[in-house]
Amino acid sequence: MAFDTKIREFFSNELKGIKEKGLFKEERFIASPQSAMIKVEYPAGAPPKEVINFCANNYLGLSSHPEVVKAAHEGLENRGYGMSSVRFICGTQDIHRELERKLTEFLGTEDTVLFPSCMDANAGVFDVVLDKEDAMIADRLVHASIVDGMKLCKAQLYNYKHLNMAHLEEKLQETQNCRFRMIITDGVFSMDGDIAPLDKICELAEKYNAMVMVDDSHATGFLGKNGRGTHEHCGVVGKIDIITTTLGKAMGGASGGCVSGRKEIVEMCRQRARPYLFSNTIPPVVVAAANKVVDLIASTTKLRDKLEENTKYFRAKMKEAGLDIREGVHPIVPVMLYNAKLAQDMARDLYDEGIYVVGFFFPVVPQGQARIRVQISAVHEKEHLDKAIEAFKKIGAKYNILGKKKEEIIAMYGL
Amino acid sequence: MGEDLKKLIIDYVKKEYLDEDSDQEITENTPLISSGIVDSFSMVSLKTFLEKKFNIKIPDEKATTDAFDTVNNIIKLLGEFVKIDT
Repeated sequence: MAFDTKIREFFSNELKGIKEKGLFKEERFIASPQSAMIKVEYPAGAPPKEVINFCANNYLGLSSHPEVVKAAHEGLENRGYGMSSVRFICGTQDIHRELERKLTEFLGTEDTVLFPSCMDANAGVFDVVLDKEDAMIADRLVHASIVDGMKLCKAQLYNYKHLNMAHLEEKLQETQNCRFRMIITDGVFSMDGDIAPLDKICELAEKYNAMVMVDDSHATGFLGKNGRGTHEHCGVVGKIDIITTTLGKAMGGASGGCVSGRKEIVEMCRQRARPYLFSNTIPPVVVAAANKVVDLIASTTKLRDKLEENTKYFRAKMKEAGLDIREGVHPIVPVMLYNAKLAQDMARDLYDEGIYVVGFFFPVVPQGQARIRVQISAVHEKEHLDKAIEAFKKIGAKYNILGKKKEEIIAMYGL
Repeated sequence: MGEDLKKLIIDYVKKEYLDEDSDQEITENTPLISSGIVDSFSMVSLKTFLEKKFNIKIPDEKATTDAFDTVNNIIKLLGEFVKIDT
């Protein structure tokens, strides 16, 4: 046996260290389909409790939508369960090609290739497009999967202050002698709901002859007039060279991702991207349901419109109640509390009130910027939103933070 | 060179990592990474800046978050690659 006491002790101590730092992640078991109301077993072993879910990325409420579930059943019946092959041997069905075509049309790009996840898309794409004579210039708050993808690429790495276009321009000037340059950003940043100014980014990209890559996982399906994403919201459809996105959030929420964009780059991914080459792709049942998802959102904006209305209503009422909300238009609504313990305590009390939200603190968000992240969905009805608002008022009053400014909250609770 | 180097790094850290209106003070002993002023991903700018400035290559195994946590630590690290008069 090679897993001897020394090795076991090493990992036990590592885990102890994670716990001591307050970074130990525990799963909560959900005994119902993903929806507005879910049954949660928390803590482990406790009887399931019905709560309103405000922490899923189920933006359009499609995770358990009857038409999507029906399409999944049909997919399972008609195309089976698994493929038992990578794409280029015998792992591609007609429905995979259909989904890639539909996504291309919906996103307004030239071509699309599916990946097992967006994490895999981000892990694969940079290494395919860039080499050591090139530069990657990334926003400092890009998603961890982009950071990992960039680590796998030999190109030189630069980063700019979050959303700071002047700093980005400095980096573009600094890298003028590189062969290719790529500006890399999230469309929407998941902790703040901040939206990247893609119009300005595209202007700079044109001025300095750089490509633009956007991970639009928190926007595809609902941001922009037709829900195409951040590029539609910013008026630059057709100008983004590479979009990576996920089917695991608004688009039905199961799993899967893609690289969509310039056809040569997409084709290069088919030839060389390692997570595409050396892994099965999305299973038929998920592909069949995802095809239905794209049909649904391409045929009507009803769901994204409802999400937008819900978001406006919730943001306005929370502000009115005196909570410190980060300004914005995105259904990610950060309730700023600054202090890590306060965020955790309030999230726990809100859970007791039947509102499932999560507190985030350093190192997930910058030091001193602890918050509760609320995520609005089209599946929420007004009474769900009102219950959450009332619960925030009650718990906010308990901790005496209603109507308090940042400095006052910090004075009471520290950073 | 020690004092000049200290100023060079502090000035760069302020310009590269702090907001224009920030009143945060940075000294040679201010923790940069463990305090959250610089995250480990953003640290690459500082590494590239020093490599270009001194025409050196800091290997990844030496570019630890500890080695970059304070200006003093960074100067100590640089000492392995360039001659620094203190």
